[in-house]
Formats: sequence, structure tokens, C-alpha cells
Amino acid sequence: MQMVIKSVIGWVDARFPLTKLWNDHLARYYAPKNFNFWYYFGSLALFVLANQIITGIWLTMNYTPTAEGAFDSIEYIMREVPWGWLLRYLHSTGASFFFIVVYLHMFRGMLYGSYKKPRELVWLLGMFIFLCLMAEAFLGYLLPWGNMSFWGAQVITSLFGAIPFIGDSLVEWIRGDYNVTGVTLNRFFSLHVIAVPLAFIGLVAFHILALHEVGSNNPDGVEIKKQTNADGIPLDGIPFHPYYTVKDLMGLAAFLFIFCSVVFFAPEMWGHFLEYPNFEPADPLKTPSHIAPVWYMTPYYAILRAIPNKLMGVIMMGASIGVWFLLPWLDRSPVKSIRYRGIYYKTALTLFVICFITLGYLGSHPPTPVLLLMARIGTLVYFSFFLLMPIYTTFDKDKPVPDRLSRA
Amino acid sequence: MIKPKIFLSLLFLILPILGGTGFAIAEEGEIPLDKAPIDLTDLPSLQRGAKLFMNMCSGCHSLKYIRYSTMAKDIGIVDAKGQILEQVIKDNLIFNGGKITDTIQTAMNKAEGEAWFGIAPPDLSLVARSRGADWLYTYLRSFYLDAKKPWGVNNTVFPDVAMPDVLFNLRSRLYAEKEGKEKFDGAILDIVNFLQYAGEPIQQTRKQLGIWVLLFLAIFFVFAYLLKREYWKDVH
Repeated sequence: MQMVIKSVIGWVDARFPLTKLWNDHLARYYAPKNFNFWYYFGSLALFVLANQIITGIWLTMNYTPTAEGAFDSIEYIMREVPWGWLLRYLHSTGASFFFIVVYLHMFRGMLYGSYKKPRELVWLLGMFIFLCLMAEAFLGYLLPWGNMSFWGAQVITSLFGAIPFIGDSLVEWIRGDYNVTGVTLNRFFSLHVIAVPLAFIGLVAFHILALHEVGSNNPDGVEIKKQTNADGIPLDGIPFHPYYTVKDLMGLAAFLFIFCSVVFFAPEMWGHFLEYPNFEPADPLKTPSHIAPVWYMTPYYAILRAIPNKLMGVIMMGASIGVWFLLPWLDRSPVKSIRYRGIYYKTALTLFVICFITLGYLGSHPPTPVLLLMARIGTLVYFSFFLLMPIYTTFDKDKPVPDRLSRA
Repeated sequence: MIKPKIFLSLLFLILPILGGTGFAIAEEGEIPLDKAPIDLTDLPSLQRGAKLFMNMCSGCHSLKYIRYSTMAKDIGIVDAKGQILEQVIKDNLIFNGGKITDTIQTAMNKAEGEAWFGIAPPDLSLVARSRGADWLYTYLRSFYLDAKKPWGVNNTVFPDVAMPDVLFNLRSRLYAEKEGKEKFDGAILDIVNFLQYAGEPIQQTRKQLGIWVLLFLAIFFVFAYLLKREYWKDVH
């Protein structure tokens, strides 16, 4: 039996780099041995992506992408399709968990300077994935054709109308109609199930290829490739497989426990994962009392509303996402990891996290004068974190970085 | 070093929950809502709720995503062998001449509804999910006399609602009895219980299954942890 397997693999290897790929990316990909809690979220994001694609395929089999049939078909999936409810909740909960996992993954990058040289491209590709994720979430949110789906799409597409001269025609071009209608639903469906996922998967492949070219960063921010043994293997590296495959399997089990707690016991997450007004069909004549995006978009929405001028608001919202792309060049510190950074960066990052969460809270609530003022302060802190970074990272009192990992 | 980080990450996960529970309801209206003590394991309550719904609500409101047969099975209108009691349903719950496998439709058509009430009475399949059980429970108990309105009644939870107070007779009858308020509240709770079921018929199964899934994952985690520990013994 072993002989047969060996000869089959040999046959394939002569024609396709099977063993080579396996070794380059798993069995002989040397990862630092000190990965901590924050390093689970990359593989978890990959898992959630697979979950979205697989459940998405089966949902598509029973979904009707028309204004007349969409809402009914969702209830058909929930009530009549065997296990349809589970597919739907796995998909809807998966959307929110995708953002949770990706936000934590990005935060890891900021903690340990994973975007810094030589990993700028890894970061940039990751940011493009993040854009895809937001587009995918926005497009998918229209598909249930609930009232919040409709009004959310109505509000967000209307933002393009703020662009001078071409604004109105652009909105019409995006919607394919004078309003968000079945035409819009059709094209959003097409983009959601084909266009964006294709780009998504390609970018994820590039993200991983770029990472494996330069090697993984670690909580110490030390380049393990600088200290190798006679065979050129990093002294502080261990093969990704089996060490991190078994460790990530453990992480996956813990993640699934939390994920399934939501899927089976609180799929609405008290109106945060599935918003209550979305259980009413889309109605162009009935505006919900309070239109709010799902939680993962709310920080940017709060920034949009904090600016009194519509065009400026749209620009600032775009900038609040675009500025992430510049992170590798805004950070002037020679030190990667927060463990050896000075007090300035530590303070700035803490403030940023608080401000990001606060903006998220503000974006999901109707603005009152006090909340609006808070959103404006939050916007200021948000952009200061990025734009003042070249200054405070230059003057920060960083600690000396060791040559090898400080601990396993 | 590890602990504050885990704390931070937990904060990320918990935040949506913290944001959710209180505020979503508080924002909705100025009227504080009464808590509806929903219990979907109480089959007699669901059956009473179905009866009340078919008698008092289904004249105007449909439950178009549910079939009589599915409902009967789920709320326990079955014999000892689990077979649906078709005749019982037909005699007591189907008033529009429909078949047992039909969805629950109202006899009123949309145009009539619009002509009579100004707005067609909505389908109630998902009302418990869009409004919430507490809202329904409070709303149905909050009609008051208001001579300015076409039906002579108004509602504190839903001001200027187009719906007349169809519960008037039931309330008058029950209030005349001993402990009338409790009896009326109980009847409303039965209706809300039934609508809560109607919003997501699978919800009890979902939770029961969830316990087994989590149990499996907990055990799976232990084995995954042991496997990881075994492999990592030689990493120093």
C-alpha cells in the first residue's frame, strides 16, 4: 500500500510540484516558535472564509435573487429546506465573525509591527482583502431584501451622489435604476457570489505567498532568518506542520465553541448580527426609525456622520479606511514589537483601540449633541493615531531588541 | 504579559453583546416594555395561543410562511404515535376551507384590508422577530379608549395604530371574572408565545442540538489540546 502511494506521489511530482508545495508552505516552512494567542486569527480567518464559501454555495441553491422572491426564499430556506436554517445562520454569523477575526488579526499586526519591512506587501495585500471583505459584507447584506437591507443599500449607494458633477449619474449607474430595486439586487447578487469571492480568494493566495516568501514575524519582532544553523534552518524556527497545524487545530476547537454558541443560541446577537428591522420585507415607503449599519461598519459610519459636510464626510470615511494602507510608511520606529517599543507608541495604540471601539458604539446609535461631539473627538484621535505616527515613532524611547527570541 | 492581552481580546468579543442587550430595546420607544415570560416548551400554552390566533387574529392577519401541518406537529396537536390530528385541526383551527398542508392565509384580501383600515393588515409570521416578544406582549395589553380615532381606541405602545381593539370582548369577559387581569395577561402571553414560535419554528430544535454540538466541541478541544501538548513536548 505504501509503495502504491509513494509511486502515485512520485508520478504527480514529476508533473506537478505537489511535494514541493507541501514542503514550502507546511512541512518545511519554518515559523518562529513563540507564536502566542494573537497568532490564531490568520488560520481562523481562512477557516471562516471556507465556511462562507461552502455555506454560500448551498444557500445559493435555494435563494431567489429577485425583489419579488428574495425575502420569501430566505424564509423558505429557514423553514422548509432541510438544515437550511443552519446553513443560513452559519453564513450570517460567519459574516460577523469574519470581521471579529480579521480585526484581531490586524490588531496583532499593529501590536508586533508585522507590517514593517520586509512585510509591507503582506500588509497591503491584507488591506485589499479587508476591502473585499467590506464589499462582500455590504453586497451580501442587501440579499435578504429586508427593510434594513433596502435602506442600508439606499443610504450607502446615495453617498456616491456627493461626488461633484458625476455623482447623480454614478449612483444611477451603480444601482442600475433610479432607486434601489430588483435590478440592484440582481447585480449585487452577481457581485456577491462571483466577482468579489474570486478576487478574495486570489488575494488570500497572494497574501500567504508573500508571507511565506519573507517569513512570519513574531511577538518579539525578531527576524529568525538571521540566526540559522548549518543547514540554513532558523535556530528559533519550527516546521509549520505539524507544530502549528496541531496548535491551530486546538485554536479552531476553541473558536468553534464560541462560534457555535452564537449560531445555536443567539444567531441574532440581540440585533447586532441580524438586525430586527430586517425581519420585515423591504419597503421603499417605510423608513426604519433608525438606520444603522451592522456593527463591523459602524466606526466608519460614525466618522461619516461626524463631518457636517456630506462630501467631506464621504471623503473622510474613505480616508479612514485608506489610511490603513499607509501604515508601513507612517511608522518610523526601527523596532517592530510592542514589547520593545517606547511609551509613545504604547499610549497611541491604546488610545486608538479605545477610540475605534467608541466610534463603533457611536455609529450604531442615533446622534445626540453629546454623542456627536464624542464622534468628532473620536475622529480626531483616529486620524491623529495615523498622521502623527511619523513624529511620535521617531521620538519614541524604544528598548534594545534581542538577537534571538526572548522566550519560547 | 499574557493576561491583559486575553482581557483585551475578550473585550473585543464581548463588546457587541454589551452594546446590544440594553440599548436596542431602550431606543425603540419611550414606553417601557413589560417582560414577556416566553416558554416554548409549554405546549398547552402554544396550543391555546394557536386557538386564540386563529379565532381572533387570522381574520385579518396571515402566517404565510407556516403550514397548518407543520404547526400541528411542532406544538403537539398529535396522537400518541406522533400522527397529526387532522380532523381536530380542520374542525377547530382552519376557518378558510384550506387543506392541512396549506400555509396559514387570511380570508381578507389586500385591497379590502387597505380600504377598511387604510393599510393592509401585515403578515405576522415574523412579527416576533422584528418587534420582539416583549413589545407584542405590552402592545396587545395597551389599548385605551380614544374617541378621536376611527375605531374609538388608541395604543400607548403604537400610537395611532390602524388596528381596532379586537381583544375588547375577551378582556371584558375575563375582567368580569375573579383574577381577571391575570387571566387576560395569561391569554395574551399564549398568543405571544405562539407568535414567538411562528417567528422561527426551528428555535427549540436549534437550542437542543446546540447543547450536543457544544458538548462535542468541548471534548474535541480536550483531545486537540492533548495532541498539541504531545507534539510540542520537544519544542524548547
